[in-house]
Amino acid sequence: MSESGDIKREAFIEASRVSHGHNRHAPEIDVKAVSLSYPANSHALQDVSLTIPGGCVTAVIGPSGCGKSTLLRCFNRMNDTIDGCQYSGSILLDGLDVLSVKTDVTQLRRRVGMVFQRPNPFPKSVYDNVAYGPRLGGIRGRRQLDEIVENALRAAALWDEVKDRLDAMAVTLSLGQQQRLVIARAIAVEPEVLLLDEPASSLDPISTLRIEELIYELKTEYTIIIVTHNMQQAGRVSDFTAFMNAGKLVEFNTTDRIFTNPVERATEDYITGRVG
Amino acid sequence: MIRRLSSGGPDPGTISHRRSFRHSTMMLWLTSSMALLAIMMLVALILLLFWLAAGGSSGGGQGVAAGDHLASIFLRLQNGPAPYNSEGIFAAIVGTVAVTLLMTIIVSPLGVIVAIYLHVYARETWYTELIRIGIHNLAGVPSIIYGVFGLGFFVYVVGGQIDQWFFSDALPKATFGTPGLLWASVTLVLLTLPTVIVATEEGLARLPSSLRDGSLALGATRFEMTFGVLIPAAMSSLVTGIVLAIARAAGEVAPLMLVGVVKYAPSLPLSGQMPFVELEQKFMHLGFLVYDLTLHAPTGDGRMTLIAAIALVLVLVVMSLTTFAAVLRGRFRMQYAQEALF
Repeated sequence: MSESGDIKREAFIEASRVSHGHNRHAPEIDVKAVSLSYPANSHALQDVSLTIPGGCVTAVIGPSGCGKSTLLRCFNRMNDTIDGCQYSGSILLDGLDVLSVKTDVTQLRRRVGMVFQRPNPFPKSVYDNVAYGPRLGGIRGRRQLDEIVENALRAAALWDEVKDRLDAMAVTLSLGQQQRLVIARAIAVEPEVLLLDEPASSLDPISTLRIEELIYELKTEYTIIIVTHNMQQAGRVSDFTAFMNAGKLVEFNTTDRIFTNPVERATEDYITGRVG
Repeated sequence: MIRRLSSGGPDPGTISHRRSFRHSTMMLWLTSSMALLAIMMLVALILLLFWLAAGGSSGGGQGVAAGDHLASIFLRLQNGPAPYNSEGIFAAIVGTVAVTLLMTIIVSPLGVIVAIYLHVYARETWYTELIRIGIHNLAGVPSIIYGVFGLGFFVYVVGGQIDQWFFSDALPKATFGTPGLLWASVTLVLLTLPTVIVATEEGLARLPSSLRDGSLALGATRFEMTFGVLIPAAMSSLVTGIVLAIARAAGEVAPLMLVGVVKYAPSLPLSGQMPFVELEQKFMHLGFLVYDLTLHAPTGDGRMTLIAAIALVLVLVVMSLTTFAAVLRGRFRMQYAQEALF
């Protein structure tokens, strides 16, 4: 007991060191006893509690079907779109209880952006894709939109590649560019938290590398949570790692610690490839 | 020995390749010959009508130039069938187009909204399944039944009530409580509603769920998601549904006979003021004209040619309405061609 307490404290000391001083726009997220059930899986998440530090990259790893994507989709309530999904517990984001029925989900999702496994640009132009979120927010002025679109595309390291074809259909871009476009689209809304659900799993190694560099650059401004199958990737991009198995959080610690000296036997087995 | 065996025995890989090749060639032949047949039937129909309309059956068509054919058809149409010789068939063309367009204007938003409700808003329960089964069954109801329903419900119940509320001064002469353009259009709406709903819903269902998720994750409401992302992306199937609806409605005669089409209407159902249509007026229809001339006109000089000429015009009107809609769909498809990539 006391040993795990020590590790948690150590983790937070590490956190403040890694995050280059807390950015006020990158809040920490406090997950308290979250349980979730689908009609198909009554124990999708069981009593998950952890504190995700702000301004850091936190990776969630675990075998397929362990609930890591489900956990991620709790942070912006995307699980609400699934019929018969029920959850309990609380997730605190700057004092806002994300899971409360009173929470305005559309407002929440503007604070917590999400990027999915496969690039999902809308069948619109590059420009309209990025401008979609800001337009929903009521921004109509062409000049203001131009500026937002350019900034978002620059932040997603895509501006130089697409600045001459902003009117081209987004789907004409390569998959890697599409994924960065989708990241730009999420950034354009100026969220505080970015959820990445296996953002590189459908990409080639070069595009994957670019996405990882991007994540590294973005983490000063956002709290980033990334779900990944790829343990090398988790090791490369994240400051903290949570290991999940069968709907439960097995271990949460700094990435260094998880990969070099995990506390739980299950974590070690998974990381060394003996399980999963 | 071994070599001979192996070279003599069929290589399984080659065989399956050859079979699939043969299958695909066969399918190509089959499908292309069917397509050719369909086009040939259409061309034959039009040619036959053209020939008949130009008086071909009475032997006058031989050796006459195409221009003369056209001129003679036009003359016949202009002279028109008795007892409305002076009017020609212009009124019937206007009536056909008017009732079809009015139907389109009503059925498009209605069908699309129902499809959106079923696909985006409604939860999957026995109730929505019931609605869906009902809609699919509606598509199979004989069109004359719609005519009976339109007469009983729209004309007598709804129209009668409207007359009592808004046109009580004119009673007992009915204004809306009698067959007319509006009720004919609304009856056609019922007839074509399943087509539009099914096509739109299937178009929406074909969209990847990642589009919905992507839009919702940016803080869109379901309404914003539907009209900002889903409907534009499904536009081509939506327009396909409307094209099919127009194609079905423009050729329909049976239900219209009960709810507003007449043999002879003294004036066009149009007016110079907003909303430019006389909704309560009875109107003429090309299809009905064909029916009426065939069964009720005196036999004699040039009746068959006149029928064929009118039929030709009807076919051309229906074709141009659907072509117009198809061109529209083509434009949307170009715009959203990338849809297929998902």
